Formats: sequence, structure tokens, C-alpha cells
Amino acid sequence: MSVVTVQLGQCGNQVGQELFDIICSDAQEGQRKTYSAASCERFFHQTAQGDLVARALLVDMEPKVINRSMSMAAKSGRWSYGASSHFSQKQGSGNNWANGYCVHGPCHRDAVEELVRREVERCDRLAGLIAMMSVAGGTGSGVGTYVTQCLRDIYPSSFILNHLTWPYGTGEVIVQNYNSVLTLAHLYQLSDAILVHENDTVHRICSRLLNIKHISFSDVNRVIAHQLGSILQPALTADSHGAYSRNPLGIDWQVRPPADSGRSRSLTGGSFNTSLANLLILRGKDVYSAETGGIDDPALYTSWLPSKEAFSLWKSPVPFNKYEKSATLVSNSQALLRPLDDMVGKVWNMFASRAYVHQYIKFGISEEDFLDSFTSLEQVISSYSQLC
Amino acid sequence: MTQSVVVQVGQCGNQAGCRFWDLALREHAHVNKRGLYDEALNSFFRNVDSRKSDGAEFAVGGRIQHLKARAVLVDMEEGVVNQILQGPLREVFDSTQLLTDVSGSGNNWAVGNMTYGSAYREKIVDKLRKAAEQCDCLQCFFLIHSMGGGTGSGLGTRVLSLLEEEFPEVCRVVTSIYPSGEDDVITSPYNSVLAMNKLTEHADCVLLVENQSLVDIVNKIKVMSHGTKPGLNIKRNSAVTSGQGGLSGAEKPFDAMNNIVANLLLNITSSARFEGSLNMDLNEIAMNLVPFPRLHYLVPSLTPLYTLADINVPTRRLDQMFSDAFSKDHQLIQADPKHSLYLACALMVRGNVQVSDVRRNIERLRPSLPFVSWNQEGWKTSLCSVPPVGHSHSLLALANNTCVKPTFMELRERFTKLYRKKAHLHHYLHVEGMEQSFFSEAIASLNSLIEEYHHLDATKARLTPDAPRLSIAR
Repeated sequence: MSVVTVQLGQCGNQVGQELFDIICSDAQEGQRKTYSAASCERFFHQTAQGDLVARALLVDMEPKVINRSMSMAAKSGRWSYGASSHFSQKQGSGNNWANGYCVHGPCHRDAVEELVRREVERCDRLAGLIAMMSVAGGTGSGVGTYVTQCLRDIYPSSFILNHLTWPYGTGEVIVQNYNSVLTLAHLYQLSDAILVHENDTVHRICSRLLNIKHISFSDVNRVIAHQLGSILQPALTADSHGAYSRNPLGIDWQVRPPADSGRSRSLTGGSFNTSLANLLILRGKDVYSAETGGIDDPALYTSWLPSKEAFSLWKSPVPFNKYEKSATLVSNSQALLRPLDDMVGKVWNMFASRAYVHQYIKFGISEEDFLDSFTSLEQVISSYSQLC
Repeated sequence: MTQSVVVQVGQCGNQAGCRFWDLALREHAHVNKRGLYDEALNSFFRNVDSRKSDGAEFAVGGRIQHLKARAVLVDMEEGVVNQILQGPLREVFDSTQLLTDVSGSGNNWAVGNMTYGSAYREKIVDKLRKAAEQCDCLQCFFLIHSMGGGTGSGLGTRVLSLLEEEFPEVCRVVTSIYPSGEDDVITSPYNSVLAMNKLTEHADCVLLVENQSLVDIVNKIKVMSHGTKPGLNIKRNSAVTSGQGGLSGAEKPFDAMNNIVANLLLNITSSARFEGSLNMDLNEIAMNLVPFPRLHYLVPSLTPLYTLADINVPTRRLDQMFSDAFSKDHQLIQADPKHSLYLACALMVRGNVQVSDVRRNIERLRPSLPFVSWNQEGWKTSLCSVPPVGHSHSLLALANNTCVKPTFMELRERFTKLYRKKAHLHHYLHVEGMEQSFFSEAIASLNSLIEEYHHLDATKARLTPDAPRLSIAR
């Protein structure tokens, strides 16, 4: 089963290239035939000469990053991107979501859809699609949202995972909160799962856990790629009967609360993070005897979901990315509530003064569209904060 | 990748523009070791076959044959442009890019804007169109001019409105050199205020440069280089005022000052031309720095001004660069941003600098910089891996800050002093097409601009409550 990845904008393309690099080197490591075969099949197709070509498209509105990503991949000597699997224009989206979503997206829809179709046709069986992008800029966020919409239209029953990189809290882009909120509000309607990495958090990992002195975006991107890789690489799931699970994206991330879930709770409720669902992935030595500790403790989960359903455990005896033992936790919980709430708070403040709004209106969205997006996210925040 | 066209108008505009082209060639020669005509060069230069009379162009990827600047040079006197055509940069321009006249504008905005503006409208549009057609994706016009005289100020702003009319989709970034208080042109306040009205209306953003700041920076460097401390020699090529290594030989007066302006333009476009881990295209400048359409006046600040020859680069020096960018000595206008209100700030970093260096410095400097309540984290950053010539790294800070208000208020005062007494007014009103209403409109526009900044300043003292959120019914 294969996964097709669409890399969008500078961030999407930079992180994507690191992801394929890690996956490839992990897959080609040592004597692990079944694992390697599953991994290669999932992420690469093989040419007649046996070379690995990523099942990916690179999309950006200006060419510099795509050129660099493709040449770095080729330099690795182990894998490459398809020579024509990319689409770029000359002029970027100017950090403007509306420019990406209303102008560039529709303008280049046919070309991008064609590239997706070609890549999907090369797969024997499609497990799902991954869109990788940042939410702060213009292309990843705006074009990324539009492309996700197209993917949803063409493949209505396929699993679509959006991997989003959230920017540093203290600005990389001044209008990042507008771009982020517009993106998230739209993706909520389109995506099956939104997987988030925050630059601030990853930065802390680099400085405190990895002790890197001069942290660069490459360092940040490699950490993100490592974590993503450890989720997406083959693993044995509860129902895979000893074979590397054929669908890596196949758990139901969406949960709907029952109609009358009584009590309410405040955001600062003073209790531990409540989870809807957790996925724990163990890789490497001693996985079969590993204890999962209290992660399946019902106290961690919302009361209307039995922890048996909410907690999933995957294992792989094969060490990932040279780590003898590793564990990854993917969580649908209140963990993102605070950053999301902060983001929406800031966006209201900026919108109240109408700062920068003229830049977006110029490209075709209205003040209504802004308000709709804010409302939509306030609802998400409300739903999550009322988990108990 | 996109192209940009530089439009240089008037004596100052052309002298500064000339320095830009010289330093641009120097920068590309420094980076481009293989002599190939690459995308970066393509953004400012065409590559033509000089043997053919129709000047057929070569596409990106081949060897450099003959570089021609993407520029239009306009002056109503011949002196400056003729000098350029006789100097070492003559090969970079061809006659179809030039528009000159003989008598000049007499330091009169009305003559530049109305008389010449009307007489040469067709020709100007023609030349602009030609330059635009030679680009396969034109993103930005850079207009360089001074505010105090007649041609740069008057004809320059006429060109600006033509740019908006004919090419509304293309970004207009204007570098405006404002005169000092003791300018020797008596009517410079009239010219400046009349021009400002047009800048407010037609520019996407304006890079404010004051003559006096350029003079101060030049003097500071002179003092530095004549210092007697041993080991304190300035590294070759590294002074922001230096044209060493460029085509032109001995420096002419004003060259040092104009080199600063040239470096400003090189740094602003660096992230669009070269690669880096966090790119910033030209259309992102206005997007991030202009929260309200009329408030598009930006304060540039360049560092380092020079690099000392013998010293290695410890981290402390990198942090010093960030501190310097927020010090008055490095700004290109005489203003005090730290005691006014930041609406937005962009940091364009070049060289071997990582995101953690930028973050560390933002965190360090942030507490001392007052930002408007609705944009507390109003930073836009870009990281370009190619440093400028003579340095291992550099920083250009562009701030949208209410500190421009005092500058505009002083200008208004100088204008009012003259206007009250109707001094020299007849020179303007005699010009065909010019009416007194132009003056009253211009001063009204300036007044309302100052008022808008004043409004924002007032929010500084107040503690603005957070905007109300939506409460969702269960």
C-alpha cells in the first residue's frame, strides 16, 4: 500500500525532503527485508534500474526551494524525486493566504491535479495522501488549503492527512496568525487528520534535548522528519496479523462526542490534559515485552470513550533511524488547546483594528470570510476545552 | 524567479542608481564564479548578444555575454546621464533606456511634474513598457529619487503615478531621499510636500532616507578609518560607503553617501535573488510591513557599516549586529523608533546566521521595543545564505514606526513657514496646469497622515483591552 505526498511551499518542501531522506536511509539499513520492502513500497517507486523515486510532488509558487530540494535528494545517491514531479511558478504568494487560495490555487489547479493523478496511478493501492505545509506563509497555507480541497474532490474516500508546521510564536511572518486561522478553519472541513509540529516546541527539543548550539532550520526540519518518519514507517498493528500494517494511516482519528455529554469544564480546569485518542508506536529492541505504563489509564481519557477504543498500540521490532529503542506518541488531546487559543486571541486583536485586512480583500476574500474562520475555530476550542 | 526594473529620476536618483548598478555587478561577480548567466543575475540584468543589432537576448543558463541593466534613466538635464554614459558603466545601459532634456526643472516640482510630465508622458510610458516586456515575470519597480528638487521630486512622482496606471499589478517600492533641514534649495519644503502627497497615494512602500543621516554615517566611517589604534583597519570592500572592487575608479563626491542607498537596495532584494533557509520575496515586504494602505513609510537601518580587518567573528559580534540595527547611528533617517511605536518590523539577515541566532536576539531586544497592542509579535524575518561583499553577515532592519511623525511634522513646519508668506509661490502657479489647490491638497494629505500616526501613538500609553472573543453555546 502506498502513500502519495504533496509538498507545498518552502517549509513543506524542505521538511518533505528531510522526511524522504530519513525514510530511505532507515529502509535501506541492515538486514530487514520485509520492513524494507514495505517501507520502499509505501514511499518510493522503483525505476527499471532499481533506483528509488519518491512518491511525491513538489509544489511552490517560486522555484528556488524546489530546485534545492531536488538537487539535495539527488546528491544523496540513494533516492531522488521524479524529474517532472514538480510544479512551480515564478512569483511567490507574498505571505498572503488569499493570494494562495483564491488566485494561485485555482489558476494552477489542472496542472497540480495532473501531477497527483500520475503519481497515484503509479501506486498499486493507494493508502492515502499526505499534504505537507506550513500555516504561516502564503503558498503552503493558501495553495495548500486549495490543493487539499482538490484532493478531497478527486479522492472523496481516500484518507487525507495534513502535516502542518506552526511558526514560532514570536513571528516569522507578521500576518502568520491570519494565515494560520484561515488555513485551519478550512482544513477542518476537508482533512481526515491534522498532524501538527510547532517550531517553538521543536526548537526546545533541539536546544534542551539535543544540545545543539546554533540551531538552524535544517536541525528543526530533521527533528520533524524523524518524528514523522517514526509514525509513518511500517509497524505491526493489532489487526495486521503479524504483517507490517498495510495502511499506515488507518486509524480513525475522528471522534464525535455523544449528543448529551453533560458536564462542562473551563479551560484552566487544573486537571491533566484529557485525551480523545492516543497512538503509541514502539520500535526496536524488546518491543514485545515492553510495558506501556499508564497510557491506557482511563483517567487520561474523556469519560464517554472507553480507553480500550481510545488507545492504540503499534510495534515494530526493527529499530528506527539508528535508535536502538524508540517510542512515539501521537495524541488527539487538549495539548494544542493553549497554542490554538493564543493564536485565535491574537487574531481577534489584530482584526479588531483591521490591520492588514486590505491586503487580503485585494485578492478576493471578505471580512465575512475572516469572521467565519474565527467562529469555526472558536467552536473547535470550545469542544476541546469541554472534554472531561 | 522574477525581475525588477529600476527607474532612476533626477540628479540624485541617477547618481544613487549608478552606484547601485556598480555594486550589483560587484556583488554578482563575487558570488557567480563560473560566469554563467543565472536566475539571480536575471532579476536585474538582461544578457544580450552585442554583435546583433537587435540585441537578441540569451536565456538563463548560458554564459554571460553582455549584461544590460533593467533600468530606465530619466533626467531633465544631461550632465549626470552623460557622465554615466562616458564612465565605466556605459556598457550596461543602452540609449533606448534613457530620457533626457537640457534645461532641468529649476528645483520646481510643478515644472517636473506638469510641464515635463505632460510633454514626455508618451515617451516615458514607452520606455517603461519596453523594460517590462523584456521581463518574463516583472514583480517590482524600484523608483529612486530625491524629494527636494524639481526633476526627481516632480517628474519622479509623475512617473510613479504612471507606473500605477500602466502596471497596477506590479509592486512599487520607492526610495526617497529627503533633504536635510538646512538644504540649500529654499523651496525644497514645497517640493517635498507636493511629492509626498503622490507617494502616499501611489507607492506601495517608501524607504525613507535623509541626507543628513547619510552624511553622519559617512563621517563616522571616516573617523573610524583614520583612527590611530593599531589593528583597527577597516577590511577592504566592507564599508557600506565603499565602492572598492566595483567598476568605477576614483570616488566622486556623494559616492560614499550613494553607496549606502545602493547597499540598501541590494540587501532588500538579496533574499529574492539568492537562496536561504527562510526566503523573503519582494511582494512580502508590503504584505508584512503595511498594515494600513497609507501608512507605508519605512525606516531602514543597515548594519554593519564596516567590518574590521583582523578580527574573527565570535557570537558576541553577531549579537552586536542586531543591537546596532536598533541604534540611531545606523538608521537612514534621524528619528527615534525606540521611543515611538512599532507597527511592524522586518529583519533581513544575510550570511551564515541561523534561526536560533535571530530568535535569541529578538527575545533579547523585544522588551525594550514598544510594539502596537495588536501586533505584539510583529516581526518578519528572512535568512539569505549569501552575505554581501566584504562581510560574513549583515542585517537590514525595516521598521514601520510612528517615529516618522516628527520628521513629517518638521517638514510641515518648514512648508508652512514659506506658504504662510506665499514665498516663491508664483514660480509654481505660473506653470501650466498648476493650481493653488495642489498645495492645499498636499498639505491636507500630510496633515491627515500625521494625524493617523498620532492616533496610533495615543494607543501606546493606554492599556488596550483584548478584543472580545466569541462565546460558543453548548
